[in-house]
Amino acid sequence: MSQYLLSTYAVEGRARAPMEPEEMQTFMERVHALEAEMKASGTFVFTGRLHDPDTATVVRSNEGDLVMTDGPFVESKEHIAGFYIINADDLDAALVWAGKVVDAINHPIEVTPFFDMPGS
Amino acid sequence: MTPLIAAHRDTTEVERVFREVYGQAVATLIRVFGDIGLAEDAVQDAFVVASERWRSEGIPSNPAGWIVTTARNRAIDDFRRSVRGRELHGQLGAVESRSDDPDHSWEDDGPVGDDQLRLIFTCCHPALRTEHQVALTLRLLGGLTVDEVARSFLVSESAMTKRLVRAKYKIKAARIPYRIPSDTDLPARLRSVLSVVYLIYNTGVDDTDRTSLRSDAIRLARSLVELMPDEPEAAGLVALLLLNESRMPARTAGGALVLLGDQDRAKWDRPMIEEGHDIVRAFIRRDHPGPYQLQAAIQAVHCDADTFEATDWFQILTLYDHLFEVMPTAVVALNRAIAVAEVEGPNAALTAIDAVAADLDSYHLMHAARGTMLRRLGDSEAAKTAFERAAHLAAAEVDRRFLAEQIEEFSHNA
Repeated sequence: MSQYLLSTYAVEGRARAPMEPEEMQTFMERVHALEAEMKASGTFVFTGRLHDPDTATVVRSNEGDLVMTDGPFVESKEHIAGFYIINADDLDAALVWAGKVVDAINHPIEVTPFFDMPGS
Repeated sequence: MTPLIAAHRDTTEVERVFREVYGQAVATLIRVFGDIGLAEDAVQDAFVVASERWRSEGIPSNPAGWIVTTARNRAIDDFRRSVRGRELHGQLGAVESRSDDPDHSWEDDGPVGDDQLRLIFTCCHPALRTEHQVALTLRLLGGLTVDEVARSFLVSESAMTKRLVRAKYKIKAARIPYRIPSDTDLPARLRSVLSVVYLIYNTGVDDTDRTSLRSDAIRLARSLVELMPDEPEAAGLVALLLLNESRMPARTAGGALVLLGDQDRAKWDRPMIEEGHDIVRAFIRRDHPGPYQLQAAIQAVHCDADTFEATDWFQILTLYDHLFEVMPTAVVALNRAIAVAEVEGPNAALTAIDAVAADLDSYHLMHAARGTMLRRLGDSEAAKTAFERAAHLAAAEVDRRFLAEQIEEFSHNA
């Protein structure tokens, strides 16, 4: 069994229009149904949705002293917006789940394999 | 000096056998080991052993079986010696037992063709980009060396090595499965497989040292039909390959290409043509055309004519029109232009060729076709220039010789 990251990205300056309440409700229903299916099949490991990247805090070591700053951030026009971590036997199995996620959230995702952890 | 010549001939023969059995051996060992790199290394090791032994003892009756058994036994020995091997020992139930009989036991888990099909679906997985799919298939199933694959892609050997390493790394890291896809996934996965098989065939056409690739491609295409009898495009590819292959004996003379119009049609392989025609008739009845079926139908019309003059060019042009609808590429437009020349004359053909000339400027056959039309129109100067450009771009030896002959004729006629 391997683990895969299914991640969706937000493009800077191209925020999606906020959903109408009804739209939001059917969206949440789809996502909940998907997550229930993932959990029932032992696929689900973890999920998360992230705030915008400018809410992040940078922590670095400056000659032994930890320094915390509000940026500068990794330069990228695209930022991870949300993700699932799933269990799957192989890439084909992961891609089937990826397809279901795309159907539910109506947004492209990337499927990245995790390294196998020793002893797992 | 005689022994030297004999030794050289043996070397060539051993190399030919290696090339032929490479894909089979690697595919089977990938199933056994579950790892591409391990399988490749093991086959390479076995080839080193074989090249010594076969030269002194002769080539065994089942060389692929010999390679697989030797490779597997050596890999098992390596496992047992290494720390990693002891760790892996439990996982490798399939390689537990050594076998000293090369003619048995290595194909117990199903026909050898299934291993190659599994491998081709892995190599052609949509998660890999097309150039990686083709490179992997040529390397792993076609048995071409990295340098040979590199040359067929016009890139350096180091660039090709990087490409193959990256592709194999992705297969392993992302766990692209080594199996034949499920029924629902099959049609979608088939398209890239067909194009890769066709490319393998054409590599065997262009390179006279690689003629076994043509039979490999035909064999793989036939397995695809067995696997997917309801997929007319797989049958279309088989028919296309057979009809092309049927003309191969007449396609060259003295190491130079012979054009369709000048070929000795008595040399065409009749049983192959008949099989191709049967397949074409069957899918015409089904009426679910696709690019490979249409290309096969065009070749079927060519093979149906007793002479070049008797060719039904109207039908061929109609088929090309249909093909261009489903596959609107510059190469299809170029091939269509050749048929235009026979129906409407060289002027109309030249206009059609010039419409795609910019897109196909690095394609030698575009310049050769232009040269042919210009010559028919009496413009020797421009025709010669076009043939020279074609000769400069052509990679295959038979093409270069043919083009050199064309250029030579201009100085005779001047």
